[in-house]
Amino acid sequence: MAKTKRWRTIGTYIALILGSIVMIFPFIWMLLTAFKTNSEVMQIPPSILPSQWNMASFQKALDLLPFGNLYLNTALMILLRVLCAVGFCSMAGYAFAKLEFRGKNLLFVLVIIQQMIPGQIFIIPQYQMLAKVGLTDSLFSLVFPGLVSAFGVFFLRQAYMGIPDEVAEAACLDGCTRWQTFTKVLFPLTKSSVAALSVFTAVFAYTDLMWPLVANTNINHTTLSAGLSTLNGQFSTNYPVLMAGSLLAMLPMVLLYLVFQRHFIEGVAMTGGK
Amino acid sequence: MKKKHKVRMNQDHLYGYSFVAPTIIGLLILNVYPLIQTIYLSFTSAKAFGDYDIVGLGNYLTMFTSKEFWRATWNTLLFCILTVPVGVLLALLVAILLNSRVKGKVVFRAIFFLPMVVAPAAVAMVWKWMFNSEYGIINTIFHLDTEWITDPNIVIVTVAIVAIWSSIGYDAVLLLSGIQNISKSYYEAASLDGATKIQQFFRITLPMVSPTLFVVMIMRLMASIKVYDLIYMMVGEGNPALSKSQSLMYLFYRESFVSGNRGYASAIVIFTVILIGIITGIQFIGQKKWVSYEV
Repeated sequence: MAKTKRWRTIGTYIALILGSIVMIFPFIWMLLTAFKTNSEVMQIPPSILPSQWNMASFQKALDLLPFGNLYLNTALMILLRVLCAVGFCSMAGYAFAKLEFRGKNLLFVLVIIQQMIPGQIFIIPQYQMLAKVGLTDSLFSLVFPGLVSAFGVFFLRQAYMGIPDEVAEAACLDGCTRWQTFTKVLFPLTKSSVAALSVFTAVFAYTDLMWPLVANTNINHTTLSAGLSTLNGQFSTNYPVLMAGSLLAMLPMVLLYLVFQRHFIEGVAMTGGK
Repeated sequence: MKKKHKVRMNQDHLYGYSFVAPTIIGLLILNVYPLIQTIYLSFTSAKAFGDYDIVGLGNYLTMFTSKEFWRATWNTLLFCILTVPVGVLLALLVAILLNSRVKGKVVFRAIFFLPMVVAPAAVAMVWKWMFNSEYGIINTIFHLDTEWITDPNIVIVTVAIVAIWSSIGYDAVLLLSGIQNISKSYYEAASLDGATKIQQFFRITLPMVSPTLFVVMIMRLMASIKVYDLIYMMVGEGNPALSKSQSLMYLFYRESFVSGNRGYASAIVIFTVILIGIITGIQFIGQKKWVSYEV
């Protein structure tokens, strides 16, 4: 019995380690390729380690793409989308969970329906609206589809539903207004849900490709994801440059992920199903 | 007391409306109006610029008689068939492994989850490089000369492999939280009765995690029907294999934003959304056979 258990543990480790290698290897290969020269990657058989660690491809990628702008655009887009999602969804989530007002259920049905419809169906008109007022190729256009989030409202409503009414009533006995009850008492209690929604919003905004490709075609005004994809077209045969560009584009998010790893994963586990 | 209650109610109304106002106004502008507009456009000959006419069901007729459209529909369904069952099964396996008593669980979990936080453009490029038929590491290691990216019969499998690799950690994390919610007492009772680990898995873990499994499957299915970015990055314009691998969403993107056929593209996206609705509906009916909700 003890023996089978030990074999099982060993088997588990082997499976996990093999799986991890499959998951990690592409990133290691990306890193190794980025430091090689283009002629070195095209030799047969291929070398594993670069014969010389040269940085030329990174320099080339930095010359080809305006990385400063891309980092800034992406960071600002994520920041504004997270602020909007947290602010507006918290307010609406609180109202739908804790306040009584006429037409509440009808309005909530509207939210639910929007949550279920895939976002692509809105893209053409969303683009046309921006184009009509000349706001494409701007920071605003990057944030635009993320100004409100039906999913966020639904998700935070659950969080407010989980807070007993007594908490709000106790706060009101001390004579605070609805606004104060919301901001000072209830909002802080939804901290973990707000963190989860923030992570979800940030990762979604960062990885989204179609919207920035459509709305901001000017390379100086687009996101890391979309900017990187243009490299693919122009330099489809220079893999060291493509890999160096990919590494530069991945780096900030991966670093954030490594630092806040638990929040990322738990956030996703909480928001799961979307 | 009654008066006070009424004042409170009135206050509720005022606060209620002002609190939901940003969201409702936003949804009206960003979703409700665009939804109606897309439906309307699908009945017109709208292009990227200029005037257009109402053409009734014209776009739908064009669509349903287009070989390219049916090919894209089949590619999309094939992509779902290739990714969803294998992907979800592998994710379940990873979740079970992560649930066992091993050291460094946090590290393993973080590694499997990593592709989620990487831009799909970067993921697609490194895989495209590894799958390169001449200099790619995969053909070198396995002594193959498969044309992973340019062979029309293979390319969709290649993209499916990358899609599974990308989503496995995410799905595993969701399934793991489902598995961890199962009360330990079931397993204790089962091992007292002499049930083996394998019996425990099929009699306890699988039924108890089936609701989560269902959610993950639906989610993966919806994401697979909407696949676009990996195909855009890995196959792309000019690749001879494009017509054999282009998905509905990629066809939509090309028609609306490359060719500028907004009306026709609207018909495609509406078809896709209805398709998602139908397939999800079938799943919801089918779930009664295998998802157990009793505790």
